[in-house]
Amino acid sequence: MPQLTMREAISQALWEEMEANPKVFLLGEEIGVWGGTYAVTRGFHDHFGPERVRDTPIAEGVIAGAAIGAAMNGLRPVAEMMTINFAFLAFDMIVNHAAKLRYMFNGQFKVPVIIRAAGGGGRQLGATHSQTPDVIFAHFPGLYVVAPGTPYDAKGMLKAALRQDNPVLFIEHATLYQARGEVPEGDFTVPLGKSDVKRKGKDVTIVTYSKMLQISMEAANQLAAEGIEAEVIDLRSLRPLDLDPVFESFKKTNRAVIVEEGWKSFGIGAEVAARTYEECFDYLDAPIKRVAQLEVPLPYNRELEQSAIPKAADVVKAVKEVL
Amino acid sequence: MAELITMPKLGFDMAEGKLVRWVKKQGETVNKGEVLAEVETDKATVEVESFVSGVVAATFAEEGSFQKVGALIGVIAAPGESVDVNALRAQASGGAAPVKPAAPAPTAAPAPSTPKSNGQPPSAISHQPMLRISPIARRMADELGIDPRQLKGSGPEGRITKKDIEAHVAAKAAPAQVPSFPAFPSVSILREDTAIPLTKLRSAIARRMTESKTGVPHFYVTVDVDMEAVLDLRKQLNAMLGDASKLSVNDFIVKAAALALRDYPNLNASFNGDHIVRHGHINVGNAVSVEAGLLIVVVKDADAKSPAQISAEVKAMAARAREGKVKPDDVEGSTFTISNLGMYDVDSFVAIINPPDAAILAVGSAQQVPVVKNGALAVGWRMKGTISADHRVTDGAEAAQFMQALKKKLEEPLRLML
Repeated sequence: MPQLTMREAISQALWEEMEANPKVFLLGEEIGVWGGTYAVTRGFHDHFGPERVRDTPIAEGVIAGAAIGAAMNGLRPVAEMMTINFAFLAFDMIVNHAAKLRYMFNGQFKVPVIIRAAGGGGRQLGATHSQTPDVIFAHFPGLYVVAPGTPYDAKGMLKAALRQDNPVLFIEHATLYQARGEVPEGDFTVPLGKSDVKRKGKDVTIVTYSKMLQISMEAANQLAAEGIEAEVIDLRSLRPLDLDPVFESFKKTNRAVIVEEGWKSFGIGAEVAARTYEECFDYLDAPIKRVAQLEVPLPYNRELEQSAIPKAADVVKAVKEVL
Repeated sequence: MAELITMPKLGFDMAEGKLVRWVKKQGETVNKGEVLAEVETDKATVEVESFVSGVVAATFAEEGSFQKVGALIGVIAAPGESVDVNALRAQASGGAAPVKPAAPAPTAAPAPSTPKSNGQPPSAISHQPMLRISPIARRMADELGIDPRQLKGSGPEGRITKKDIEAHVAAKAAPAQVPSFPAFPSVSILREDTAIPLTKLRSAIARRMTESKTGVPHFYVTVDVDMEAVLDLRKQLNAMLGDASKLSVNDFIVKAAALALRDYPNLNASFNGDHIVRHGHINVGNAVSVEAGLLIVVVKDADAKSPAQISAEVKAMAARAREGKVKPDDVEGSTFTISNLGMYDVDSFVAIINPPDAAILAVGSAQQVPVVKNGALAVGWRMKGTISADHRVTDGAEAAQFMQALKKKLEEPLRLML
């Protein structure tokens, strides 16, 4: 099977869907002539033309607002936020308009808008450009929030997102664009709102997503060398959040560690742990542990930044604490 | 002001240490800079000095116990100062090994908040201790009709977990022991195997050498060095020096190797994943045999030191190593290592690289052997040196050139004195 990078997988999904459906178009800052800050849309402007690959002003509210309007009128826009940190400037558009219009107007409008945004830290971009605010967006009913951790899932989920009618925030981790993985040739989709068991195990359940999937798999391999078999579950979507595979796994292992890149307070770990306590109380054999970013604005200094973001060793340590 | 004593971090990768001995016991006076305790790390036994003067109010770590770095192990109070030892003890025992039964605490116990009605101590009217059991273990115990109070928990703070229930069930299910016939006494003399528990040093050697030999692709280059000139020079020099400062052959080898490393910096290097680190300093480690194994004592910047200076440093560090009193600085930071078995009449041998070094030099004895000089047989002094090098960092030709340089420097030893 061909090995693709995350960048190539996302690029292919957009290209194939644009070829297949003339209603799909792209808009965002520097995505056209320049090809995008992360080069995802390089070559698109020449091939599909400026009508379908639109460079916009540096005004995120306008980008999201225009995309929502186009979606309400029957198009399938894919708006790019250069980083998810800039999506804060479009926050009202995303959580009040994209997420609620269909509900508030009793289905008279649909808003099939995709907002792509690069997120996460680790690239020395400073405190304001390195955040992982995924949970903030996942808080709002009506908005799908997805964050794939492999090229296969990224391609399949982006294609699936472009063939359904809900607004989707599609979060791409900035340090995963170069990550490689197997992606089959030909058309396929991966359902939104479905978690996936990425590694089978019997001793402990590790729940994670996006970049932390990589870290967790690394930790699971280290643990395997010590005879500890961790089951690794990739959430893939934060909303809808599919925890059935987590509960199923937890009933087998009775122990769980949740790994997220964002801050621990009010995070994914809090949500997953609380629901697991509610659903699986009688299967609990140890307190559930959370591994997350230190509660500081992410430092610029490389060593400090790396020390604030969870690493495989942190996951290994947490697993040993629950065993 | 009471000072808390914690397990010090005595090496960059130290996670825990063994509290070997309290040199100052509870109640004894200690001055700043005096040795308070001895701690054994992976590498050595180190004396821990007190950084304040006062009285050892309490020690919380038993001799022989392992303590995590940073764990509270004792407290030093000013003379006459009272310290709430019980509160500190509670803090220290959170997860640590059991502590000694308390000596009378210098402060009065806090008054019980409930009035005593019948003269009994408060503990007698307190409730039964809370049963710590995980939800799944509780459910399994219910289903299996097991009284969990009969079980001993293996989880944190004695929590009974699923594993404990399973172990209890398995133990019950095990078939009763069938009485067996008494064994005939053996007529032969029993020579039993002995299991020797690993010391920290032995297990560190086992781990590091296995990692090196299995993880580092070694290759070996051996050369024969004419030692006549070095031995002559050494004889002349030692005739001028007192017994305490006599030079060994090894001191010349350290100096020669350090100078040769200047010319071949790739052998003074470390492999580091996606790059090679060429070390700025030339720090030559020397393997020293100690009671429990061996230690590498390191001559820092050996290329810039005279053989006499090298000799003095190695002597001092080796003596400390043999007494188990090595300082962390003595054993840290080698960039190249020499293992010399010359004193044991060894012809030649090969050594395992001491990570993260890229190479190690194994040196045999300087021996009188027949040699060919000017087309005729003669008696000469020769020594074999074998370098083991990391093939990820360097190659055979470079290692051979390094050995050639080393040989040349040893065969013209006056230069080593410059």
